[in-house]
Amino acid sequence: MQDLLNIFIKSAFLENMVLAYFIGMCSFMAVSKSVKTAVGLGAAVVFVLGITVPINWLFQNLLLIEGALGWIHPSLATVDLTFLSFIVFIAVIAALVQLVEMVVEKTSPTLYNALGIFLPLITVNCAILAGALFMVQREYNFPESIVYGLGAGIGWAIAIIAMAAIREKLRYSNIPPALRGLGITFILTGLMGIAFMSLMGIKL
Amino acid sequence: MSQATETTPVKEQKKEGLFSSKNRHLLTDPIGDNNPITIQVLGLCSALAVTTQLKPAIIMAIGVTIVTAFSNLIISALRNTIPNRIRMIVQLVVIAALVVIVDQLLRAFVYDVSKKLSVFIGLIITNCIVMGRLEAFAMANKPWPSFLDGIGNGLGYGAILVIIALLRESLGSGTILGYQIIPQALYTAGYVNNGLMVTPAASMFIIAIIIWIQRSRNPKLVDIS
Repeated sequence: MQDLLNIFIKSAFLENMVLAYFIGMCSFMAVSKSVKTAVGLGAAVVFVLGITVPINWLFQNLLLIEGALGWIHPSLATVDLTFLSFIVFIAVIAALVQLVEMVVEKTSPTLYNALGIFLPLITVNCAILAGALFMVQREYNFPESIVYGLGAGIGWAIAIIAMAAIREKLRYSNIPPALRGLGITFILTGLMGIAFMSLMGIKL
Repeated sequence: MSQATETTPVKEQKKEGLFSSKNRHLLTDPIGDNNPITIQVLGLCSALAVTTQLKPAIIMAIGVTIVTAFSNLIISALRNTIPNRIRMIVQLVVIAALVVIVDQLLRAFVYDVSKKLSVFIGLIITNCIVMGRLEAFAMANKPWPSFLDGIGNGLGYGAILVIIALLRESLGSGTILGYQIIPQALYTAGYVNNGLMVTPAASMFIIAIIIWIQRSRNPKLVDIS
């Protein structure tokens, strides 16, 4: 239990996707203009990461790694399909996002309206695929992968909501014209990254 | 993801040579005023993580250029046969297949670099440059201009990557491509490497400065919002 909690804290804060690894920047930059939309996208990312990381874990460990196919026939025990993991992961993500969109639309129209255009956008959010790839790299087991997916998603959501809040206040400040918009956002992200680096001293 | 700013008329291109001025612009525009990183804000994720040293940055730039160029070529050749509703999945499969090829090639020839880049090579799949160019350009243009557009955008991305990596490696570790460039005498005189440059945050500041310089030189690019 303590291990799981550690992984959660680690993935949400110490190894925050955006502020420690700078992954998922494209939508982070584009959608952090207002807090309201940032909350919507953040919720969608938590949702999708929490689902896709464990499902990709199942694909990786039951189909792709060496020896995983041994249950079909002993002669398949030496087959190593890990070179296919990129294609499998991205297909799973694309299919799941589509599926999630349809399910949400049928069961909860209010949530669907709140997430709106952000659901399809998530397919190309690097953070989702990175979640799956980090899960493989760090050799998590199944419960750990669920916790990791949720933690990484929540970390991403915290970062984008904080960024949106800062950018809303920025409208009242006097920035050099050439730096307005994109430029100052980069500098802010860098500063937030440095602030998050102070968490790295924590050993879990 | 920014939508197409190009409005290249398709009909006229039949008479043009392979390197007519319009086609040359496809190559050179993304390096300057239509840069994928500083203007279109595409493909940031990998730009920041691989630039602590020059060598991985160059390899990443070459990888992205190859993937962008060939996925543009393939999707553009298929553009009339892909059903609109499943085009995202088709595009992702083409990109993923190309990325797997690049990944396996790297693993075969430069294993140590590929180990360092492993996650980020995978992330080329969701690198918005590739998807962005497919949606914005390749779906509406012929294969040859699309191919050039892909190479141009890959080079524009690579140029920024190399600038960041040069600054970060020379200031952060005092080396370029692993060779020491700061003379030993300076270190004995008390010069210290800039630790900030090794952190990912430094690349954000460098990009911000590049944007600042580029937009001050060309006020057209300033966004008013």
